Amino acid sequence: MPDAVRRAAPIVTVLLALGVVWYGAAFALNHSAALAVVGSAAPLPVVVRAAWSLGRPLLPAPHQIVLTLIAGVFGESVTSPRSLVYHAAVTAETAAVGFLLALVLGVALAVAIVQTRVLDRSLMPWVIASQTIPVLAIAPMVVVVLGNIGLTGILPKALIAGWLSFFPITTAMVTGLRAPDRIAVDLLRTYDASRRDVFVKLRWPAAMGFLFAGVKVAATLALVGAIVAELPTGAQAGLGARLLAGSYYGQTLQIWAALAMASLLTLLAVGAAETAQRVLVARRGGRL
Amino acid sequence: MITTLVLLVSIAAGCAALVWLSARDGRRYAIATPLLFGALLLWCWEVVCIGFRVPPVLLPAPTGIAHAFATHLPMLGADFRQTVVRAVLPGYAIGCISGYLTAIALDRSAFLRRGALPLAGLLGAMPIVGIAPIMVMWFGFDWPSKAAVAAVMTFFPMFVNTLAGLAATGAMERDLMRSYGASYLQTLLKLRLPAALPFVFNALKLNFTLALIGAIVAEFFGTPIVGMGFRISTEAATLNLDVVWAEIALAAITGSLCFGALVLLERAVLFWHPSFQTFVPLRR
Repeated sequence: MPDAVRRAAPIVTVLLALGVVWYGAAFALNHSAALAVVGSAAPLPVVVRAAWSLGRPLLPAPHQIVLTLIAGVFGESVTSPRSLVYHAAVTAETAAVGFLLALVLGVALAVAIVQTRVLDRSLMPWVIASQTIPVLAIAPMVVVVLGNIGLTGILPKALIAGWLSFFPITTAMVTGLRAPDRIAVDLLRTYDASRRDVFVKLRWPAAMGFLFAGVKVAATLALVGAIVAELPTGAQAGLGARLLAGSYYGQTLQIWAALAMASLLTLLAVGAAETAQRVLVARRGGRL
Repeated sequence: MITTLVLLVSIAAGCAALVWLSARDGRRYAIATPLLFGALLLWCWEVVCIGFRVPPVLLPAPTGIAHAFATHLPMLGADFRQTVVRAVLPGYAIGCISGYLTAIALDRSAFLRRGALPLAGLLGAMPIVGIAPIMVMWFGFDWPSKAAVAAVMTFFPMFVNTLAGLAATGAMERDLMRSYGASYLQTLLKLRLPAALPFVFNALKLNFTLALIGAIVAEFFGTPIVGMGFRISTEAATLNLDVVWAEIALAAITGSLCFGALVLLERAVLFWHPSFQTFVPLRR
């Protein structure tokens, strides 16, 4: 137990410090708006309380965000467009479809790159170079063009999410498939193993650790892609649409709650990836 | 008919050339192969677009995009100035410098480091672009809000990487500095900061793309009528796809050029680091 305390104490301290700074900043930023509500003659505690409970604050206090989040998650029926669960589900669905597409294609492409020299030499440099390109910029065009040829709904958004998460998966998998030492490959060759055997028994298992590292990055990126893809369509549903609507109408609490929800989703996705990794490690007898 | 023929012939010839090139070792071939692959891709794109009369509202041909690029140069220049020079570069600089300095400051206390590192890692993994509407509300429609998004997005990778870099020196090297009677500041300046440089450069390279993405996405939330993100979203809505592609090409060129410049800078600054020394294996 003391070990857990020793590990948690610094994190809790930093969190508390952040909380104090946040409440202070919320008071400073909302000060004039609060004065307008309670009057400039009001005593300080009243002003402070008003600054931390405005309807449309410049910076909401943390408890306001938590309360809005809770109201959005539990206070509404799940199918209502006011429910954050509903919007989160729309975004999560998009991200999941895109992520699965990226996982299948990325792993397949990585295998092809590792197995064929032509692809490795001609395609791999482009995969690496594409990391330096702001891919999210194409989101509006993809949505508009695909909408133009009759493809609307989840697919254009999922394509953007998938496009974004495709690259970390591919690069991680290529690195992983190449990770085995020369000496291990040579050993298998002395056993008269075929290329296929080397792949199945050595390269693939060795790549899993790298794959999961890539998957964690990719899952986050898929969510970012899904959220940004919801912006240009003026979508009615999804956390991105929620952000945009909040931005139009100056509903800061709604923006922050959507952001918090997106962060929770990210945590959930990364947690799922970590659980999958742990299951795999357990099945392999404690090693990755 | 003739289009299909041209397409098939060029694909076959291109693949044969790629196979021939990739079977050869050497630096020149390693560069020529991807270049040929890119050229082949562009060529096929062009042939398909013109031969099959693909409507430009669906997919403009590369020559059409190049034409749009050439004819819209003043507009592209204005967008570049607004997004890259005014928003990305200041945001990038603010985010990177503050991340670097915060890491150095926090590094002195092991307690704070252990508290801040997991939290910063967590926050860095969040969809930070989502703060764009808040920044627009705080700093207005013009470039300051975009720079703010870029700064927040670049802060966390730099912070986490610098902390990791500061921890990268071995106990032996630190003991050596202590035996020289070096003060904290001397150890920091002469040993730990130089040793952290590879990590810092990693963050610098990663961050430029992040800053570009942050600024462009922030422009989707409201902007004066200039800027790359603004242009992309409005021209896409009116189906001027050649202009959109020209903007995307501009963003891609900016991203890769800056990445290339950072790689060159890294090589110039880190020439002494083991990872940049050519390893000559001993032969019996």
